[in-house]
Amino acid sequence: MTRRWRVALLAGVGWLVALFFLAPYVEMLLTALKPEHELTRSPGGYVPSHWQWSNFTDVWTAAPLWTNLRVSLTVAGGSTLLTLLCALPAAYYSARNRFRGRGAFLVLVLVTQMFAPTALVVGVYREAVMLNLTDTLEALILVNAAFNLPFCVWILHGSFSSVPRELEEAAFLDGTGRIGALLRVTLPVSMPGVVTAVVYTFIAAWNEYIVALTVSVSDNRKPLTVAIPSFVTQYQEHWQYLFATSLIAIIPVVVLFALVERYLIGGLTAGSVK
Amino acid sequence: MDGVSIAGRGAPASRPARLLARLRVLLAPLPWLAPALLLIGAVVLWPVVEMVRTSFLAISSSGATLGGAGTRNYKDLFDEPDLGAVLLRTLLWVVGIVVITTVLSLALGQLLNARFPGRRVVRWAVIVPWAASVLMTALIWRWMLDNDSGVVNRLLLDLGLVDEPVNWLAHPGQAMAWMMAVAVFVTLPFTSFVILAGLQSIPPEVYEAARVDGASGWTTYLRITLPLLRPALLIGTIINCINVFNNFPIIWSMTQGGPQHATDTSTTFTYKIAFFDQHVGESAAMAVVNFALVLFMVALYLRAARRSGATS
Repeated sequence: MTRRWRVALLAGVGWLVALFFLAPYVEMLLTALKPEHELTRSPGGYVPSHWQWSNFTDVWTAAPLWTNLRVSLTVAGGSTLLTLLCALPAAYYSARNRFRGRGAFLVLVLVTQMFAPTALVVGVYREAVMLNLTDTLEALILVNAAFNLPFCVWILHGSFSSVPRELEEAAFLDGTGRIGALLRVTLPVSMPGVVTAVVYTFIAAWNEYIVALTVSVSDNRKPLTVAIPSFVTQYQEHWQYLFATSLIAIIPVVVLFALVERYLIGGLTAGSVK
Repeated sequence: MDGVSIAGRGAPASRPARLLARLRVLLAPLPWLAPALLLIGAVVLWPVVEMVRTSFLAISSSGATLGGAGTRNYKDLFDEPDLGAVLLRTLLWVVGIVVITTVLSLALGQLLNARFPGRRVVRWAVIVPWAASVLMTALIWRWMLDNDSGVVNRLLLDLGLVDEPVNWLAHPGQAMAWMMAVAVFVTLPFTSFVILAGLQSIPPEVYEAARVDGASGWTTYLRITLPLLRPALLIGTIINCINVFNNFPIIWSMTQGGPQHATDTSTTFTYKIAFFDQHVGESAAMAVVNFALVLFMVALYLRAARRSGATS
């Protein structure tokens, strides 16, 4: 087999694989563009016989979508910010200093990184009830921040460790001060790690389902993941709206994720990406 | 830090002063670590304690604590007629999905590592199910498998593979197979990227040497690539086991574990005992069992991570 044929074959297989992974989301789009009466047709059609683009505008009035979108943004944004505020100092300090308990701290981070809210949802719910935090966004922010924190500490610890200490010392001697050196030298150099941590936390919180399902009661405090399934219940079936909303929820995070794809590979060799 | 080391080196004037200096050394990291420790302690570790405590309490269906229950909750749990089948199904769920995913990912990782035009776009396409909400991916599969209007039945009818539409998710066996396929679909991206990362860390000189020695493609793969991929594979596999075990949205949105408990894994089973049957104590007991299984897998992970030098 010549080289050119080999490359052509690889590209062919590659494009088929791409198609396979995209197919369900293409079907999502096709369903979102069908008029409701076409969705009860049996057997269903492959493409809409009438392309109902208005589904994407009608969906905003069919459900309190703005509210759910705002909840998702608040929870994902809030927990990302909280995680970063807690992770940055811990990761920086443990990367730069040897101290008693450092090993124990890193093992704690490594172990809790593997804990998912799913396995602990009964305990999380009991705690939320005890603290009077059920049906609040604060509860969702705290849970998402806490469960993503270990991973962020781990990633940031790794990227801070890889910044040569001499670089920072030089800036320090230039009279920028310790915090100045951190902000002007270390942080910019470790930006890939910071961006990966931020994007990961944001996406994980954006997609979180089981805790929100358990803790959120009021419609105006439900994130998109919990609100979306209620388009299809035993009383109503609006698959077109369900998938229009799903696409609105999926597209931003896919773009975000594609942006950090280059850094993913580096992070994965550290064996620490979930 | 500087202040601390000076205090530690200072002349040991008196015992209280020395104690104070030692205390300062010990407490120096606290301002930096406290926020992280506080958040992990209060929101990750406390629920663990609360869960174990609840498993020994009698809780009313409204959530009020009625007093201690001894081992009553565990007894109730082990008396559940469906427990054995659920645990066995969970084992099949985890092992089946992880093994199939790993085998497919070895090929997919190789493909993503090869050079061909459009590789970037293919990598982006593979990422999509990883970034997208698992719940929403499961919902589109549920719709595609719909008895009346689903595209899977339409396709199979057009190809002449079935004579009439099949209600895929109504039969436990078929539903299980499809849900496992969906789980493989959403697990493949992460696993392939772990393998891709492993492949990229193999120095090209190693392959050069093999070629000079006249090793064939397959021999090179079996003798060199696969052994060198071992650390990445090991960590990826354990992470997958934990994540697949914890997977809730796929089953919840496609069959809700039904009919009755016929497609439940231990995760959905726990949830139903707590929030459908309102037996919070018994559900906590089941959750403790689940958590013990997760801890066992975490211990394996820790060993694997140590071996590949992650905590050095």
